[in-house]
Amino acid sequence: MSCGRMENRILAYVDARLKESERLEMEKHLSACGSCQLRVNEFRAVASLLEEVPQIEPSPAFDVRVRARVAAEPVKQGWWAWFTPSPRVAFAASLLLLATVWIGYESNSQMPFDNPKEADAQMMQEMQVLDDQDVISNFDPLKDLPQPVQQEDQTNQTDQPNQTM
Amino acid sequence: MLDVKAGDERSFELLLQRYRTPLVNFLYRMVRAREEAEDLAQEVFLRVYRARKDYVPSAKFTTWLFRIATNLALNSVRDNRHQRMEVSLDAPVTVDAEDGDEKALDIAEKHPNIEQYLVEEARKKMIRHAIDKLPEKQRAAVLLHKYQELDYGDIAKILECSESALKSLLFRAYETLRVELAPLVARHGK
Repeated sequence: MSCGRMENRILAYVDARLKESERLEMEKHLSACGSCQLRVNEFRAVASLLEEVPQIEPSPAFDVRVRARVAAEPVKQGWWAWFTPSPRVAFAASLLLLATVWIGYESNSQMPFDNPKEADAQMMQEMQVLDDQDVISNFDPLKDLPQPVQQEDQTNQTDQPNQTM
Repeated sequence: MLDVKAGDERSFELLLQRYRTPLVNFLYRMVRAREEAEDLAQEVFLRVYRARKDYVPSAKFTTWLFRIATNLALNSVRDNRHQRMEVSLDAPVTVDAEDGDEKALDIAEKHPNIEQYLVEEARKKMIRHAIDKLPEKQRAAVLLHKYQELDYGDIAKILECSESALKSLLFRAYETLRVELAPLVARHGK
């Protein structure tokens, strides 16, 4: 195996992340190649030096800031949210339902008849003016009234031809 | 994360406790400024929280988390590149107090063997600077590989490249580090 092919495997070899077959192949190459062996040693040294870099700790206010920013996030509601229980919505819906039922009941009690003719007849019966049925059925008082003028005219017309003749 | 998705706020708190230190360290090594690193880490947690409803466990949570962090860090590094160059050219050489270095008076009090302490500090500083000098994608690869101990496959997903491209990236990064740290590497080998 050439040194060029080894390049991409050197770090994985240093990290012990090569497959068994690849590791054996690498070690075979290293036993015969001084420059690759030197590079492996130097990469190991670099990896070891990188471990010396100290870690820093987040400042004490870090968590507080994250929580504050998360708390300030607007709450997104999908259309499914309409179906989630809400006391205010439930109360408003109950009031609306009660109002609808009440209005329906009231309108039915004011209109007891489905048929308009039946309603008119009921109304006529309830009118006080029509309580005295005799006034309407007895026409005798009308006989005292003078005869209509039209009748006199007719008699005059029948007499006239006799006078002329 | 699935518990967070289900609306369990305590699980989000557990995620915060578990990942805040590795996340802040990763971002600090990427952007080289503590305050900015913490701001970015907060942004990562916020994005995790926002995306919790849509989270699909197709990949490891760690991979997803560090993918968000890497993208934010790379964007930040690219956005601030010109600003950093101006500052680094104009600014006087100062001690990096936020990276664990201490003032001279404190050093003398806390470390009886001050010479040895200074040697160790110079060594750490040299390593930090060698990492800082890496191109940002190589730096991200090294940090994820060395400090987060992620698999090559996971790192490749985070950096959105093939596994062989990642191995090549890491090889180039280690080659650069080997050259930059040559005096320390030579001593380490002895």
